[in-house]
Amino acid sequence: MIYRENGQFKTSYRADQQIFPILQDRVVILALVVFAFVAAPLLISEYAFRAIVTPFLILSLAALGLNVLVGYCGQISLGTGAFMAIGAYGAYNAMVRVPGMPLVAAILLGGGCATVVGVLFGIPSLRIKGLYLAVATLAAQFVTDWAFLRIKWFTNDSSSGSVSVAGLNVMGFAIDTPVQKYLFCLSFVCVFALATKNLVRGNIGREWMAIRDMDVAAAVIGIRPVYAKLTAFAVSSFIVGVAGALWAFVHLGSWEPAAFNLNRSFDLLFMVIIGGLGSIVGSFFGAAFIVVLPIVLDSLPYWFGIPIDTALAAHLTSMIFGGLIVFFLIVEPHGIARLWATAREKLRLWPFPH
Amino acid sequence: MKFKTFAMTAALLAAGLSATLSTPAFAQAKEQFFPLLVYRTGPYAPNGTPWANGKQDYIKMINARDGGINGVKVTFEECETTYAATDKGVECYERLKGKGASLFDPQATGITFALTDRVAADKIPLITLGYGLAASQDGGVFKWNFPLMGSYWTAADILIQHIGKKEGGLDKLKGKKIALVYHDSPFGKEPMPLLEERSKTHGFELVKIPVTAPGLEQKSAWLQVRQQRPDYVLLWGWGVMNSTALKEAQATGYPREKMYGVWWAGAEPDVKDVGDGAKGYNALALNTSGQSPKVIQDILKFVHDKGQGTGPRDEVGSVLYTRGLIIQAMGIEAVRRAQERFGKGKVMTGEQVRWGLENLALDDKKLATLGLTGVIRPVSTSCQDHMGSTWARVHTWDGAKWNFSSDWYQADEQILKPMVKAAADKYAAEKKLTRRTPADCQS
Repeated sequence: MIYRENGQFKTSYRADQQIFPILQDRVVILALVVFAFVAAPLLISEYAFRAIVTPFLILSLAALGLNVLVGYCGQISLGTGAFMAIGAYGAYNAMVRVPGMPLVAAILLGGGCATVVGVLFGIPSLRIKGLYLAVATLAAQFVTDWAFLRIKWFTNDSSSGSVSVAGLNVMGFAIDTPVQKYLFCLSFVCVFALATKNLVRGNIGREWMAIRDMDVAAAVIGIRPVYAKLTAFAVSSFIVGVAGALWAFVHLGSWEPAAFNLNRSFDLLFMVIIGGLGSIVGSFFGAAFIVVLPIVLDSLPYWFGIPIDTALAAHLTSMIFGGLIVFFLIVEPHGIARLWATAREKLRLWPFPH
Repeated sequence: MKFKTFAMTAALLAAGLSATLSTPAFAQAKEQFFPLLVYRTGPYAPNGTPWANGKQDYIKMINARDGGINGVKVTFEECETTYAATDKGVECYERLKGKGASLFDPQATGITFALTDRVAADKIPLITLGYGLAASQDGGVFKWNFPLMGSYWTAADILIQHIGKKEGGLDKLKGKKIALVYHDSPFGKEPMPLLEERSKTHGFELVKIPVTAPGLEQKSAWLQVRQQRPDYVLLWGWGVMNSTALKEAQATGYPREKMYGVWWAGAEPDVKDVGDGAKGYNALALNTSGQSPKVIQDILKFVHDKGQGTGPRDEVGSVLYTRGLIIQAMGIEAVRRAQERFGKGKVMTGEQVRWGLENLALDDKKLATLGLTGVIRPVSTSCQDHMGSTWARVHTWDGAKWNFSSDWYQADEQILKPMVKAAADKYAAEKKLTRRTPADCQS
């Protein structure tokens, strides 16, 4: 009833091709963005900002990057943690080695480093596919783990191998309080989400999807696999690298290579699969599922005042969390994004379904 | 159907989320809240569990025996960090911080690094007893960090002193080869600067052999040991890495008598499974073990006899249990000390507890009243020195229990002091901090 598009006529191609063709969607998304920028800083507690919302935003960004590669171009990658690490250490080196380096430039440079390495590790994708490619990208993970642990130059000769940054600021504005950090990450996420959405519905995104659906057919109709695959690797690694830099700089502040280990790669792949392959909003759903749910499960006994052993609570969290993953994949193999799409379809017809 | 399930899940999630987002204001009813970051699951659980049990039991005992700290009841809440996950540790910190925490013991070097910047902004002190950042001994720069009783630099220093003594003098170390088999993380890398310094002074060769965390796979590391044939092996491990290393040493045929662990590689869970294979293995000890000290007796009497013990009774008084207990005792004594200045019977804030930690004076008399006589040496901190004591002993596993095999050593100030100062100054320069003024020390 509310969510109906009756009377919304598109009179130009432009109107027909916009990101949200339905008025209600535009209003809701706009309201959501305004809420996130204006109202959320006033409403949400400091704990939620630092422990839930900011990590959620950053990992959403990483999932978004991975979704470009896995969801849109169909190239499985197990090296996402590695590209995050490259982004983080690249940005760190830009910060410590260039005096007066602006923060945003350093973060983007980190993304640039990740792009270069991402393209390098993307080259095997021209020859190998599917699971074999996944194993090849796993190599990226091991190589970077090794490099950041062993090559002292990357960590600026830090004796413990842990590096840290402090005094972040953008053009004189300090990025210090949880709200500032949140807004900083939110800006990145909004810009990148919009850019990615435009990329995937443009020419290049269609090439990626053609390659994903059938690379031989795509090549036959004139899409260059080399170009399509490597651009997907480049765009994906860039976004993931930026997310890695944000994770290190804004969320952790001080980190070691273990912050970007294989588990991080798996987490991100799960986010993309559970959230929805080939869906922008799915990246956000997936990140919310993986980041927020364990924390909620962990805190449940406390909210209900049930005294429970810490170890038991940790085990229960893992068990329920694992069970939910299986549940969601059985109920909707295409991810939470598909559930959301189904819900929208139902809402459009409600209350008079056919 | 699908839509219904989805709607229900979404509603549940939303309900959960809203509860997370609106953290209720913590009721302050004369309760001193202690956040306990623990790891009772994962590859570090064998060592993390007794540590956590010791802390909890001590709090319970203080409440049962003394009715709290001068009448202020002590409360606690645990949060599982799994040791290795820095982001989980940060989440736990943020969660428990909101509940009125005035002191944190992160129980992990990696998490300590991540929290060091945060605690300064939040004005909450950080105890890292026997671990953490070695440079943070310098209270002039690290206002909020307290690596009480030792850091990895003091540990490495004492081990080299001990080995030197065994060889009949530090000058006899010339030409010797000492291997550091370390957990490949900031924890394992911390001792390196000191060992390098010592190796330059005494002319021994330092071989660094990393073990990838968590350390269940060490074949290649011990192959290196076999090839290099070091005269001594320093084991910088934690959790399952320690027992695995001992088994590998046994398989390689490396004499356990020549192996020296840090104080985190010298507890019962590390050697029990190896049994006779660990016989002769040495490790540093910050504290005694066993159930004879008065404080342990009190815990048995006031907590375990009433059926409120946290772990199994026979593990009470084990090495790591006792260490957890000491850490908790330090925290509680810091609160007590702060109360002397800021008002007895009041709940102390983070800033007040920090003052208490900086002015700890646990002499023999005080230790006796705590029931810690003989368990540790006196600890006395100051504005400049946040460690309070750099003494440790070596103990040896005889197949059934740990026995002390050396006298107390003190880390060499002459080597340590300039290194700590240089490292702290470097940190201050990186973070654009200025050293605290003498006036700041009074506050």
